[in-house]
Amino acid sequence: MTTTSEPQQLQLTAGDQMVRPSSSLGMLARPRGDTGWRSWLFTVDHKRIGILYGAAALIFLVVGGVEALLIRLQLAAPGGRVLSEDAYNQVFTMHGVTMVFLVIMPLAAAFSNFLLPLQIGARDVAFPRLNAFSFWCFLFGGIFLNTSWMLGGAPDGGWFGYAPNSGLVFSPSHGMDFYALGLQITGIASLVSAINLIVTVLNMRTKGMSLWRMPVLSWMLLIVQFLLLFAIPVITVALFLLMFDRLFGANFFNVAAGADPLLWQHLFWIFGHPEVYILILPAFGIMSEVIPTFSRKPLFGYPFMVFSGIAIGFMGWGVWAHHMFTSGVGPISVAAFSLSTMFIAVPTGVKILNWLATMWGGRLQFTTAMLFSIGAVAMFTIGGLSGVTHAIAPADTQQTDTFYIVAHFHYVIFGGSLLGMLSGFYFWWPKAFGYKLNERWGKASFWVLMLGFNLTFGPMHILGLQGMSRRIQSYSADAGFSFWNAMATVGAFVTAIGFLIFIMNIYRSRKAYRSGLLKPVGPDPWDARALEWMTASPVPEHNFDREIVVSRQDEFWHRKWEIKDDGKVVRRARAEDVAHDGSAKGIHLPSPSYWPIILALGLPLLAYGLIFNIWISIIGGLVVLGAIYGWVLESPDDPEAHDHEEHHSDAVSGNGSGPADVHLPAVADSGADPAAKAL
Amino acid sequence: MTETDTALADPAPEVAQEQAPQGHAEEAVAVQEVGGTTTGISHNKLMMWLFLGSECLLFGALISTYMFAKSRLPEGEIGPLDVFDIPFTSVSSFVLLMSSLTMVLALSAMNRGNERGFRIWITATSLLGGTFVAGQVYEFTVFYNHGLGYTTNIFGSAFYTLTGFHGVHVSIGIVMLMSLLMMNLRGSLGPDRAERVELIGLYWHFVDIVWILIFTIIYLFPQ
Amino acid sequence: MSQISPVAEDSAALAAEEIDVKPAEAAAADSAADGTSAAASAADDHDKHPSDWQYVKIAIILGVLTAVEVFTYFESVHRLGDAALFALLTVLMVLKFVYVAAWFMHLKFDSVLFKRIFMTGIALALGVYLIMLTAFSFWT
Repeated sequence: MTTTSEPQQLQLTAGDQMVRPSSSLGMLARPRGDTGWRSWLFTVDHKRIGILYGAAALIFLVVGGVEALLIRLQLAAPGGRVLSEDAYNQVFTMHGVTMVFLVIMPLAAAFSNFLLPLQIGARDVAFPRLNAFSFWCFLFGGIFLNTSWMLGGAPDGGWFGYAPNSGLVFSPSHGMDFYALGLQITGIASLVSAINLIVTVLNMRTKGMSLWRMPVLSWMLLIVQFLLLFAIPVITVALFLLMFDRLFGANFFNVAAGADPLLWQHLFWIFGHPEVYILILPAFGIMSEVIPTFSRKPLFGYPFMVFSGIAIGFMGWGVWAHHMFTSGVGPISVAAFSLSTMFIAVPTGVKILNWLATMWGGRLQFTTAMLFSIGAVAMFTIGGLSGVTHAIAPADTQQTDTFYIVAHFHYVIFGGSLLGMLSGFYFWWPKAFGYKLNERWGKASFWVLMLGFNLTFGPMHILGLQGMSRRIQSYSADAGFSFWNAMATVGAFVTAIGFLIFIMNIYRSRKAYRSGLLKPVGPDPWDARALEWMTASPVPEHNFDREIVVSRQDEFWHRKWEIKDDGKVVRRARAEDVAHDGSAKGIHLPSPSYWPIILALGLPLLAYGLIFNIWISIIGGLVVLGAIYGWVLESPDDPEAHDHEEHHSDAVSGNGSGPADVHLPAVADSGADPAAKAL
Repeated sequence: MTETDTALADPAPEVAQEQAPQGHAEEAVAVQEVGGTTTGISHNKLMMWLFLGSECLLFGALISTYMFAKSRLPEGEIGPLDVFDIPFTSVSSFVLLMSSLTMVLALSAMNRGNERGFRIWITATSLLGGTFVAGQVYEFTVFYNHGLGYTTNIFGSAFYTLTGFHGVHVSIGIVMLMSLLMMNLRGSLGPDRAERVELIGLYWHFVDIVWILIFTIIYLFPQ
Repeated sequence: MSQISPVAEDSAALAAEEIDVKPAEAAAADSAADGTSAAASAADDHDKHPSDWQYVKIAIILGVLTAVEVFTYFESVHRLGDAALFALLTVLMVLKFVYVAAWFMHLKFDSVLFKRIFMTGIALALGVYLIMLTAFSFWT
């Protein structure tokens, strides 16, 4: 979708074929300016988009968190009266949908957008405007889903929306329509972003950055994008079938017409199980960056880490029916999927062992980021082990739909993914904003979160094995569930306090930084290893001053440290001397654009129209159509850019294969001689 | 594992670049700057192929949903044997197949700088695609008059959904082909941007391939 | 792929700036180093492109294969039995698929990376959906 550039000058020599250069399509002006709210609405800068993803995800985390607290309040004591049955259905459904699709996935998108181009030494992503479109698409999809609360009721069929429970007969409100359409919109966001980031990683690595020199985080994020690429279309089809059933009276899940609603379960989980790895692999990547940095050692077994990630990615496609052991898929299917599920524990175990081996013998620094990573390894291991108990199908028959399952997936998704992401927040916060979050508050939030988390979800193992069903609005006093439920509710509020401390920490640190109490950090506050630390903090808009030439893994670390023949590690150069100071001028960057946000705005309108009134759809369709034309006809570059001496680059990018509008300066940074190079 | 291990494990340290004197470093221009990429493949083409890879899963789901739905059709309901008109569908399948030929000839003409040829072949492709869609609309009308509506039974829902999805893909393809033609007529698409034609062509051939599958699996397999 | 290589133009433009560039080689060397090894074709696939006549020949083959497919619809062939018909039609379908993908979509000539991406999609689709249908006891 690269827009065109200026008309190219072609010199024809005698005998050459007569070629008329193509004229530019650009006729609509680009937005200008790089400060104020406009600069955020129309930005195409991958770092700003990453920050927007992170901020939006944290807001949705609060929404989903409040829903979780409502559930725990309702279940705090027998016969709870906080929520009606109907409201309870809506709250637990929206809690799941919000946390999976609007919190963890966008948090992963935040890290991939912010870090992927930096880690591979690129100027931006391959398609900056599509990147902006992905974000707005996700945000509007999320808002669309949440407006259902005010428009006749939220989705109430569970986050996996099993048919026929999600059909019109059992769910007559518009809730499940919002579910089908809203997830379709966020799905578009994920798919577009996946394609964009895969192209970025494959095509825009800096010189010498072979795939096998990329940091493990880049690898994991790349694998996640491939999983999204192939999994999203499956849920797209499932959601379309559901939508056609509900809105147009199709018969896909209509048992009376001969349909088998298991079709939904298959399609959902063919998507849903890769989705589980979509949620966890980014956190694995983050832990693989944080743990070596604070163990002062390279990651143990880099190739094993990468291959186990790839293996998880592939095997994740062959285990989906373990979500359906009790649905009557038949003993052969159950046995086969039971086996494949046990196998997938192997590569996951490899990863856990590698993190432990990385820490083994290292000089550990227990920063907040490190604590969260260690916590995530520990909690994920517990969740992984309870997962293996589900793989044993007859045991699963007893566990299915009990709180034991709830305990399991919260240990992996909250304990693994979310804690891992929080670790990433503390680790990369200085890179994004130029100051560290307060370590003391950070450690307080870690310990409070750990306590609250285990108090909440630990007892759920017991409740589940005692036979307490999930998704039942209340229980009676003589069921014997009262004590552990009360405990879990206390734990939920402790967890909420942990998050409050985290948010307070952000607020206070930011205030301290603004008032000058907190010193700005240098490029490399943690003595870290990957390329994102090799530029100023916060990262300048153009990322790197010079192109970096990479000659090994952990290039940046090796430029700072030298390993003598006797194995001693001695400092070669200070990080400040190696890293770029961000002072480069005149680097041509992609210009902001109006159209991504406008295009994304059209999609929820289309969706509202399908539910309420087709005229709204028509307006939405016109917005989409207009935005596509605007997109194509937009002028390729910021008019100001033409004043720069880099002007010649404009003609260069016109062949459509250039990274959209992105140019690197001519000087390469091969790190040959740090002293001479510190220009 | 020590630091030394990592250094040794690195298979091919690029010594030459490391030792390049400072003056030469400036000659090592970023690959990106000349429109090149790490793989040597253009971003747009890679994007299109990734999209098509993704589409495999989409149409796979629709085709298998159709196969499953048809197998669950209750006895006595209106089914494929009651409505399918194989000779008619064969002709429209052939039309779509031939549009792939005209598409590739359009690209070939553009690559050779023959813009007149490009315009002729791209118009032919659009017309063949339009004929196919028109045939589909006609087919739907006939089926509907035979008593097979979208909500009639599970076969109807699955059949219209699958072929409808494909028809929408063809229609979007026609719009893109027409856009290419307009761009060429306006002078903003010449041989120097032939890659755009190639990209739309890839999409078009993919849609054709999907129909090859649908035609055999849905229409020709013994019912 | 245009005959008038955009790369050549760019090189010329940059040569004017006195910058030494070897984009194709650089790209090839880079990708050779990392196993995506996709590039090699980018620079020299203009020579390998089929001629229009070859495209027409492929189209004729496709037409003939389609004719054979349609022929099975008529009663006389039904004596073969359903299993044989399924097998025959599947083979014909795959052949047509491969011809269009290899020639019209240039997979035969283009970067191996495209083939891998496409094959991964097809393999995953075949894998998961065939297993799904099997779990439904579809084949019996």
